[in-house]
Amino acid sequence: MTRMTGADAIIRSLEAEGVDVCFGVPGGMIIDTYDALYRAQANGSKLRHVLARHEQGAGHMAEGYARASGRVGVAIATSGPGATNLVTPIADAWMDSTPLVCITGQVPSTKIGTDAFQETNATGITLPIVKHSWLVLKASEIPATIKAAFHVASTGRHGPVLVDITKDAQIAELDFKYPEHVDLPGWNPARKVNHRQIAAAAKAILEADKPILYVGGGIINGEACAELLELAELTRIPVVTTLTGKGGFPDSHPLHAGHPGMHGMKYANLALNRADLVIAVGTRFDDRVTGNVAAFAPNAKVIHFEVDAAEIGKIREAQIPICAPLKPALGQLCSELRKQNPDGGEGPTEWLTRIAEWKDEFPLRYERGDEIKPQEVLEAVRDATAGRDDIVWTTGVGQHQMWAMQYLNCNVPRSFISSGGLGTMGYGVPAAVGAKAARPDATVICIDGDGCFQMTGKELTTAALHGLPIIVVMLRNGTLGMVRQWQEMFYGERYSQTDLSGPLPDFMKMAEAFGALPIGVSDSDELAPALEQAIAENAAGRSVLVEVQVSEDEKVFPMIPAGASAADIIEFGSHEKAKEVEAR
Amino acid sequence: MKHTLSVLVEDKPGALSRISNLFARRGYNIESLAVGQTEREGVSRITLRVDCAEHSLEQITKQIHKLVNVLRITELVADEAVEREIALFTVAAPPDRRGELMAFADHYGARVSDLGPQEIVFEMVGHPEDLDSFEELVRPYGIKEMVRTGRIGLSRAVRH
Repeated sequence: MTRMTGADAIIRSLEAEGVDVCFGVPGGMIIDTYDALYRAQANGSKLRHVLARHEQGAGHMAEGYARASGRVGVAIATSGPGATNLVTPIADAWMDSTPLVCITGQVPSTKIGTDAFQETNATGITLPIVKHSWLVLKASEIPATIKAAFHVASTGRHGPVLVDITKDAQIAELDFKYPEHVDLPGWNPARKVNHRQIAAAAKAILEADKPILYVGGGIINGEACAELLELAELTRIPVVTTLTGKGGFPDSHPLHAGHPGMHGMKYANLALNRADLVIAVGTRFDDRVTGNVAAFAPNAKVIHFEVDAAEIGKIREAQIPICAPLKPALGQLCSELRKQNPDGGEGPTEWLTRIAEWKDEFPLRYERGDEIKPQEVLEAVRDATAGRDDIVWTTGVGQHQMWAMQYLNCNVPRSFISSGGLGTMGYGVPAAVGAKAARPDATVICIDGDGCFQMTGKELTTAALHGLPIIVVMLRNGTLGMVRQWQEMFYGERYSQTDLSGPLPDFMKMAEAFGALPIGVSDSDELAPALEQAIAENAAGRSVLVEVQVSEDEKVFPMIPAGASAADIIEFGSHEKAKEVEAR
Repeated sequence: MKHTLSVLVEDKPGALSRISNLFARRGYNIESLAVGQTEREGVSRITLRVDCAEHSLEQITKQIHKLVNVLRITELVADEAVEREIALFTVAAPPDRRGELMAFADHYGARVSDLGPQEIVFEMVGHPEDLDSFEELVRPYGIKEMVRTGRIGLSRAVRH
């Protein structure tokens, strides 16, 4: 036991959890903790802190760090506006099950409830979007609380937690001893696999003619990608991966049948919807995947593997529910399948042929024109990085994100980091900075839009100052493209407040001001050399902003309008069908 | 359909608001809610009465179960539980109506807690539905004020 202040105990606890990097912005009610960090670093602590330019940036960096590494991300902020600026990243982490520990300062316990300067009820504001939160009033509670926070964030279904620590708790002294165990009698995430359910699943799989694996982000959080690959290859069952599941199964694998959902490939949606057995793994039947739930995979029996019991049966009834950690569950399923079917077999060959035909019949399509098409840019970055498994992609939210999902090839887990459930514009740049902090040897490329970049692009400064060089490939279409697409298709071309066109801002000057190399591209021929230069400069330690002028009118296809079903897919060139759907 | 949920929670700040938040975000109204100590130190029992569909109840039960401070959640099914509630009724009772009111109270096992020249305060402990019946019976006389604690319940000692 060592006598120290609460603030020192916070730093010591983070070290005890093995945290190497945390992200944050200091302020009055967390100043003592930053003082403790300063003293710890002066005494040789390896704990690194990345000073973001905005707490939202710090939060998304912590998310990017967590998603790229599989470790818990840590964000630190002061009370009041510091805490409220963290709300968006917390909500984002909540929706996408990203393990996050947020530490916020709070006014002294004697001032709580008095509307003190920069006082806000941080635990109250974040209550619906955290797995759990703690208001720490006493220094002596700090070690056990931080231990519990890391445990809750990273066990069961991952997600964000908040530890709000009063200033007096940071100042007061305690005898520090980091606990070995957590004392959380009410926290019992699924740990075991019910073997009878596994046997039932194996039987259903062997009986199915048109089975499909529908795989979400849980496969990556659950570290079960190897087991999934084994299962798919053993059974020859095709796999569709969601936006958050991208990279959880290799995009280039012959059994990969694309991404389903609103802007997924038509063949992926057809495969999912015509299946007679949907094996859902680490996924929650999100409305952007299912569309109209009643018309979603209408003839399929459902096996649902999911660590969070509350997700099973929430949207779609599962005939075979399996609430368990995915890694042992899928591992046991493989063993059981070998036992029940020792001879193996060819798998659902007719079904696979059918899907292969759909792939041929309904590829992703766009037409080149005078202006650079956004899809062309994605193809160019894909080609510029072909064969490399050390790329980490991040994206903002909107059209560019959907094209990134469609066109990029991700063959390893944790290589595609995007805001799924919350759809947070501006996620890409800070997430990339965090990812780079987690994996300094990887090349981190953010695919962004001009709308998103204007929200959080300033974190390029953080990247420059902290030696975290990233590449941003920004598609400048001069519009909030996804909203514009809806306005064009469903709102009578009334482009209300989506126009970002014109010379402002000068992104090249912004890049320079933020310490990044600016590269402007306005001609298709310049694309490949620009990307080559960007990758080389980045390898030499510099952030790069590649601004590509692209066509304003391009829309993301295919598209299933909100609430519609796979039968209503609008393909490239069949825009008029949208109007029919709208009229109905 | 109405359901009674019995939730054992660690006696920690925020436990109640975390639970009520799960109902609020789905737009369900909590009809009654009672919180109190249990036989175990540091453990409280929250009894909730809610009106929601079976499927929703299952979802919300799973969500509540996931809360870190929640130790256990069970549904109290009418036939298998003892359920009680306390109510206080201030009823208009001029001297000429008192006899009738006292007779009702006697029949229902309600006690007179306070007696004034024009009012009686009745106190009644019983099954919530019996409280409902008494309330209906005295309503025509004029209920000036009323308060109910919300139902509490435990599983029966003898289970069938």
